[in-house]
Amino acid sequence: MKNSQQSLLKTSVPVECETGNYHTFCPISCVAWLYQKIEDSFFLVIGTKTCGYFLQNALGVMIFAQPRYAMAELEEGDISAQLNDYKELKRLCLKIKQNRNPSVIVWIGTCTTEIIKMDLEGMAPKIEHACEVPVVVARANGLDYAFTQGEDTVLAAMIHRCPKDFSSSPYPKHPPLVLFGSVPDVVATQLTLELKQQGVHVTGWLPSSKYTELPVLNDQVYVCGVSPFLSRTATTLMRRRRCRLIGAPFPIGPDGTRVWVEKICESLGLTPKNLSNREQQTWSRVKDYKQLLQGKSVFFMGDNLLEISLARFLTRCGMVVYEIGIPYMDCRFQCAELNLLEKTCREMSVPLPRIVEKPDNYNQIKRIRELQPDLVVTGLAFANPLESRGITTKWSVEFTFAQIHGFTCTRDVLELVTRPLRRNKLLELEATSSSNLFVRS
Amino acid sequence: MKLAYWMYAGPAHIGTLRVASSFKNVHAIMHAPLGDDYFNVLRSMLERARDFTPVTASIVDRHVLARGSQDKVIENITRKDREESPDLILLTPTCTSSILQEDLQNFVNRASSDASCDVILADVNHYRINELQAADRTLEQVVRFYTSNKDTQAQCREKTKMPSANILGIFTLGFHNQHDCRELKRLLNDLGVRIHQTIPEGTRVNQLSELTRAWFNVVPYREVGLMAARYLEKNFGMPYVAVTPMGIINTARFIREIHKAKALTRLRVESFNSTEIKVPEEPQGLDTYVDEQTRFVSQAAWFSKSIDCQNLTGRRAFVFGDGTHAASMTKILACELGIRVVCAGTYCKHDGDWFREQVQGFCDQVLITDDHTQVSDMIAKLEPSAIFGTQMERHVGKRLDIPCGVISAPVHIQNFPLSYRPFLGYEGTNQIADLVYNSFNLGMEDHLLEIFGGHDNANGSEANSQGQGSPQLFEPIAQKCLIDWAPEALRELEKIPGFVRGRVKRNTEKFALKQQAQLITIEVMYAAKETLSN
Repeated sequence: MKNSQQSLLKTSVPVECETGNYHTFCPISCVAWLYQKIEDSFFLVIGTKTCGYFLQNALGVMIFAQPRYAMAELEEGDISAQLNDYKELKRLCLKIKQNRNPSVIVWIGTCTTEIIKMDLEGMAPKIEHACEVPVVVARANGLDYAFTQGEDTVLAAMIHRCPKDFSSSPYPKHPPLVLFGSVPDVVATQLTLELKQQGVHVTGWLPSSKYTELPVLNDQVYVCGVSPFLSRTATTLMRRRRCRLIGAPFPIGPDGTRVWVEKICESLGLTPKNLSNREQQTWSRVKDYKQLLQGKSVFFMGDNLLEISLARFLTRCGMVVYEIGIPYMDCRFQCAELNLLEKTCREMSVPLPRIVEKPDNYNQIKRIRELQPDLVVTGLAFANPLESRGITTKWSVEFTFAQIHGFTCTRDVLELVTRPLRRNKLLELEATSSSNLFVRS
Repeated sequence: MKLAYWMYAGPAHIGTLRVASSFKNVHAIMHAPLGDDYFNVLRSMLERARDFTPVTASIVDRHVLARGSQDKVIENITRKDREESPDLILLTPTCTSSILQEDLQNFVNRASSDASCDVILADVNHYRINELQAADRTLEQVVRFYTSNKDTQAQCREKTKMPSANILGIFTLGFHNQHDCRELKRLLNDLGVRIHQTIPEGTRVNQLSELTRAWFNVVPYREVGLMAARYLEKNFGMPYVAVTPMGIINTARFIREIHKAKALTRLRVESFNSTEIKVPEEPQGLDTYVDEQTRFVSQAAWFSKSIDCQNLTGRRAFVFGDGTHAASMTKILACELGIRVVCAGTYCKHDGDWFREQVQGFCDQVLITDDHTQVSDMIAKLEPSAIFGTQMERHVGKRLDIPCGVISAPVHIQNFPLSYRPFLGYEGTNQIADLVYNSFNLGMEDHLLEIFGGHDNANGSEANSQGQGSPQLFEPIAQKCLIDWAPEALRELEKIPGFVRGRVKRNTEKFALKQQAQLITIEVMYAAKETLSN
């Protein structure tokens, strides 16, 4: 454990910082995948029309499927304190309880509740008492966080609701292990199975698919993250529950998954077996895609914090990464990932990419124009304009919603990455015979 | 506080941004937290814009919260001025800046002394007005800014030699706006009217001072452009035509109004300087034009007489949308197609009186609300045979099994078609006729299919294996399963989305048979996924 904690702290990879004028999703978007993951939850976003408009458009057709989330839309009376926050929220929560009967209501605080200093944390226990439904408060606002960090704030808030004591004795062979990070149930099963093959029993997940099944967390428990944007959750686990954090790269790509499994085994005192075989097998199954990527260059504009892991994986696939833009870089939580990136670059004999925290999109586009990368991973605001300038793009948000974790999903990630390249190939074949519109400049 | 899932009109700043990004070489800077620049995604995706959306944010973060924006906004303005040299930078407040109460006007004043471009603060209050009202205001504000100098006052008298018109209110993310604009231009051209300027779409702000040289203004949509038109009428005596040329009757009315406006300006100009301007004669009589277009260019009039349309007589329809489209559609259905409109509604609450007056006598009842649950309750209660509404009503229709034609924003990407689909003018009448007919007809088709027992393979092998239903003409598509599934594996299979589940099941079974597995466990499932996915 000492080892892993030390490796948590140090990395020599340099990180630059720009102006923070970049495009990303508002962190309240985390309700989109969290309400689906936590089946008995209800998410109430307390904000303005702006928040509602964003959710409505970003979530697309989900909004028509009677989702388990809603806006508590603040009106002028709420802002000027003519209405009583407590009474208003209580009224809405009672209504939600009556209509949906959730096991938990999660309040998502927004920019507006921050600015008018609405005391959500203070009101929650009272309303929880009055409505007899647990109320969890997460401040996932655009003043402090970017996109996926929304999930981080929600999970960090959930930790306080996890039980502290085991009702029955934990798994006998090694200390209990809890994995944190929201992944689709199918992916959770795959990762759990992967560890099971190493004799590791996963005691629980944060979050689990039911709020009522939150895992036990105390100083006996080892915890390990599955996604790179969960630094606040990790900190809370260590500080508030004295959990032991396993510092590992994230299980994205076969290389990442392998080291992730290895680190977990090591920390629990087990010897990993057959892992390199497993990794090789996975690589051999994606040979065709790797070939497509070989020697191609990629530029991450940065918006969802998955960038370091993806860049490391794609470097291993033979790509050259020019720049990794990232909204926020927690060098401690991502330390193992950064070190693996450095190691991968060395082994593949490519230069270490430039890592830019809080990037400036305007400057980045200038750099993209100079570098002319083969692929730019970017948000939807820039994808079409870049394509129309002959630069191939991949929409970054897809990586957030697709299944990308573990050996089993390796092909899915590469499917996404290679899709624009494959399309180009197809269109170029056509173009030679028809028109020159498709010929890239 | 109000519990809400869906809103018809967006927040105010969206309206401002839509206007700003429609002008050429205008840049909008939002005073907003990270993530509020979602407008760029909308424009880039829905309009499939090839250019970068000229909107950036001056980010409001913790530091701004603690110390105020200080020089940040000004720096962002001057920086953008250097980088892109726009003609105008429009500083756009959001809900966040509304409550921060920073003196944005002061930033604008300070920035305009440093920047070489013009700088304006959009005058919109987030908590008082919505997207459409904000767009209307911003358009007026920009027009006012560029026409309030002395040159314009003088130019106002120098009308163009030929009759000409400005079209006000064509802009980005508008429902079929681009197609409507093309159709309007064609129509006006036929009437001997040149298009002077189309604002805001594609116009540069420094041309706006010439705006008043046009003979009159055309405001095709009720929601945006009217404020600017009224301002121009009041200050420069420019008449405007605010009839929406949607449907045959209204298009004819529009044409007559155009004629009137033209005559009005001609009189006025002739009284200024009697000889200089020669007004060309009408290319043909107005009535002949309307008659020919109605009978031969538009098929809608003939269509409404045809046997097809007879079947629509008295069918019940529900209409909901923005004021312009819902009102026009109600009139078209009632007067031109003989359909009974059981309820007509709009979410433009601020303009409710106008709407009520427009649809009075053409529908059984009027609904003015921006609460989608009220709309869907009403639809459920009235059970119309077709709905004409927004995307929300389309989904309500899906749930209730009622067909829906989309006639108004808010819309999805499929309502930004690549092909020519105007709603206005004579070609528009054709499009609307198709839309109406297809909505009803498909509803009928489904209904008849149900009566006659559905598609012959609808119930597939399941009905057959249970010994129910009609005998199958075709072999069942999926072969019978030869291998058992473990209960956990079956549960896992349930988690896979329905539309691929069948394929995953078949592939897994094939894999398991090849591996000679006895039972499909979760492990087998994922081994199958890894092996078979390539």
